Amino acid sequence: MSLPEPFRLLAFLVGLMGFVALNAAYLVWVERKTAGRIQRRPGPTEVGWAGLLQPVADGLKLLSKQFIVPPGADALLFRLAPLLVIAPGLMGLALMPFGESLLALDVNLGLLMVFAFGSINVLALMVGGWASRNKYAIISAARVVSQDIAYEIPMLLAALTLMMVAGTLNLSEIVALQEGPFWRWNLFRLDLNPLMPLTFLIFYTCMLAETNRAPFDMAEAESELVAGAFTEYAGMGFGVFFMAEYANIVLGCSLMTVLFLGGWQSPFGAYSGVWWFLLKLYFLVFSVIWVRWTFPRTQFYNLLNLSWEILIPFSLFTLILTAAMMKVM
Amino acid sequence: MKNRLKEIASGLGSLVTGMRLTLAQFFKKDVTVQYPHQALEMPPRFRGHIELVLDEDTGRAACIACKLCEKACPSECIAVEGVKPEGGGKKMVTEYQLDFTRCSLCAACVEACKSEAIRFSREYNLAGRSKEDFHLDLLRRLEEQSKEHAARTPPADAGEAQP
Amino acid sequence: MSTAPFSRNGTPPETFVLNLGPQHPATHGVLRVKLTMDGEYVMRAEPVCGYVHRMHEKMGENRTWAQFLPNTSRIDYLSAMNYTHAFVGAVERGAGIAVPPRAEYLRVITSELNRISSHLVWFGAFLLDLGGFTPLLYAFDDREQILDLLEGVCGARLTYCYYRFGGLCNDVDDNFIEGTRAFVRRMQPRFKLYHQLVTENIILRKRLEGVGPITAEQCRKYGASGPVCRGSGIPYDLRRAEPYSIYPELDFDIPVFSEGDCLARYLVRMEEMRQSLRLIEQALNRLPDGPVVAEKVPRTIKMAPGDYCFAVEAARGRFAVRVVSDGTDTPYRVKLRTPSFSNLSLFEETSAGMMLPDALALMGSLDLVIPDIDR
Repeated sequence: MSLPEPFRLLAFLVGLMGFVALNAAYLVWVERKTAGRIQRRPGPTEVGWAGLLQPVADGLKLLSKQFIVPPGADALLFRLAPLLVIAPGLMGLALMPFGESLLALDVNLGLLMVFAFGSINVLALMVGGWASRNKYAIISAARVVSQDIAYEIPMLLAALTLMMVAGTLNLSEIVALQEGPFWRWNLFRLDLNPLMPLTFLIFYTCMLAETNRAPFDMAEAESELVAGAFTEYAGMGFGVFFMAEYANIVLGCSLMTVLFLGGWQSPFGAYSGVWWFLLKLYFLVFSVIWVRWTFPRTQFYNLLNLSWEILIPFSLFTLILTAAMMKVM
Repeated sequence: MKNRLKEIASGLGSLVTGMRLTLAQFFKKDVTVQYPHQALEMPPRFRGHIELVLDEDTGRAACIACKLCEKACPSECIAVEGVKPEGGGKKMVTEYQLDFTRCSLCAACVEACKSEAIRFSREYNLAGRSKEDFHLDLLRRLEEQSKEHAARTPPADAGEAQP
Repeated sequence: MSTAPFSRNGTPPETFVLNLGPQHPATHGVLRVKLTMDGEYVMRAEPVCGYVHRMHEKMGENRTWAQFLPNTSRIDYLSAMNYTHAFVGAVERGAGIAVPPRAEYLRVITSELNRISSHLVWFGAFLLDLGGFTPLLYAFDDREQILDLLEGVCGARLTYCYYRFGGLCNDVDDNFIEGTRAFVRRMQPRFKLYHQLVTENIILRKRLEGVGPITAEQCRKYGASGPVCRGSGIPYDLRRAEPYSIYPELDFDIPVFSEGDCLARYLVRMEEMRQSLRLIEQALNRLPDGPVVAEKVPRTIKMAPGDYCFAVEAARGRFAVRVVSDGTDTPYRVKLRTPSFSNLSLFEETSAGMMLPDALALMGSLDLVIPDIDR
């Protein structure tokens, strides 16, 4: 059965909101449990079996706190920032092909739109930091802006490389082109781009930096700036920022799955479906969590140097190499 | 240029090593103890708050209220009172108050005591709702302990009067 | 590395004051630092201490010699054995009490174990400041072994009151000796883990190399000691410079690095842990039998009026105790010279012009314990 168009989209959006909310809640649980296991301790165990109700408890706690607007803060912008920060995550996920027909919006410029929406994230953190009227928050907002600008460039260059390889910006077409056993996935297509693993690595690093995840979480460095851009947010305001961070991680990992790992394609060529997408997605999310709990934070200028001095030259090089190969072949 | 590339390569290698090590730790057993579901056994010399020692022969506290512990304590947390019984003999302690809110568990009192009348208990999970919960009456604690001990072990000869 | 652009067009920079308040995750205790900042750069860092002042020196005047012993553990709670060693050493010098050799060896073993546990806490907390949350838990796992060993000996885990005038309060049992040997064997592969996971990590190297340079001249000016001065090329370690206890008989190296940056201080401390293990192993092998306390120690210490001093190499640097006796059973004055106070005074000069995270890395590498500063 297929619903008429507006209702189909609405159903998808509601489903996506639920997906994002569920992810935000339970990725926290996964993160805490993983962190605990890496650190040789159990993680949350008390609330519910194996701590599975812990996110519920945390959510209830956040909901029960008063949303305080600090005196002197910009009233409109302060309240607007949490909305701005969760929106791009939802909008980007609406463009992701979860399965063969599980796609909210099939847009020809899908890839471009995802990046366009992703930039709103930066704006939202900036607005939140500025509107808080708190020195820590402003420093953090300034850091976030320069970090995100620096890392968007290699990410776009890597995506450009991939776009040249695929020949289209339409995400579902990109997935369809990777049909077949796993050596047909873009990650292993060294015939099209011999430095594809490098491109993948560059994209992965940029994704970590765009979502402000360790080791690039200078903006919310706990031990220096208390909580960075969201220092002043209490209760559900903080909860929304938190959810948005996980939504962005899910979005970034979905994008990587679609671009490099074949989306919903099965590695054996048969039985493709949304479950493969989710498996690959959560494998990448686990690696993001694993990276966070292993490494210390980079220093801010090292973070920027990494992007400007290492990632951009390498991604330019792979782009030119891919273009040359495509011309030659 | 070559050095730069080498640096990047070795840097990347160090990151991969780090991740491999944390993954190895991921699969190892927990080193934590889930208190209060599991509890650790305290070693014999553990310093909990002090308690009075029962003198087996007399059935009373071995303390003779000489107040050496009170003088030795740096935090002034012990208050001892005793009476000399008619008919001679050593003093008997009538009151032994320990203000545990001030005690620093330094062992000065235990070492000062010449009659070996106080020792460290192994209490560690103390919780209370007011400061007064930690003004410990050690004589009462000794009485409760010896009642418990008497209830658990039957007397050697039945009919012998237990004070 | 990164110096601040001081004045552009000749105008003074627009600065603001950021209060790294007494309650802050990075200041290892209750220390307030008033940072005058120009954007991300620290123009001036003014530490304000005194929030944990507990008047230990005044308490020294109101307690008898033996009653002051618990205080010594609480000045720097991470390195408590070393601090107690200094105080009992000073009193033993004043009262002319000789310590039996078994007690000296056991003092060295427990002091070195305490040094390792203090450095493990520093390691974990320093990496926590830098954003690496996991090595803290690994370090605390190792530290747990040490604390269990020392708990079996004297009953306390942090504020040991183990040393007495003339020796120790009780002897160790075989469990301790076996346990310590097992611990020494356990730590070697753990150091390898730390080396691979942390020291060789490119992110950490970039974070610490060249950051927070402290010259030898600055160390001398402010009287910095311990790993801070040894990381700047000054080979000053009290265990060799002013030997005490049985250190002259034991064979160990003093790690010295001359770069003076945070990485140098980090490497000094990691190497010091290795050398402490070496010391412990030697002391265990040579542990003599005998009494653990001198024969005739008077109940109330009375010493001839005068000044007596004793200095030890604590985990943070040179800790010296100077007691002034007026012939009564309480000291006239107990002066505690703590290393963290001198090390902190370096911070103002060396952090000028650095970026905030670098300044915090520098503060972490100084290994400050705030109660040690304030006493």
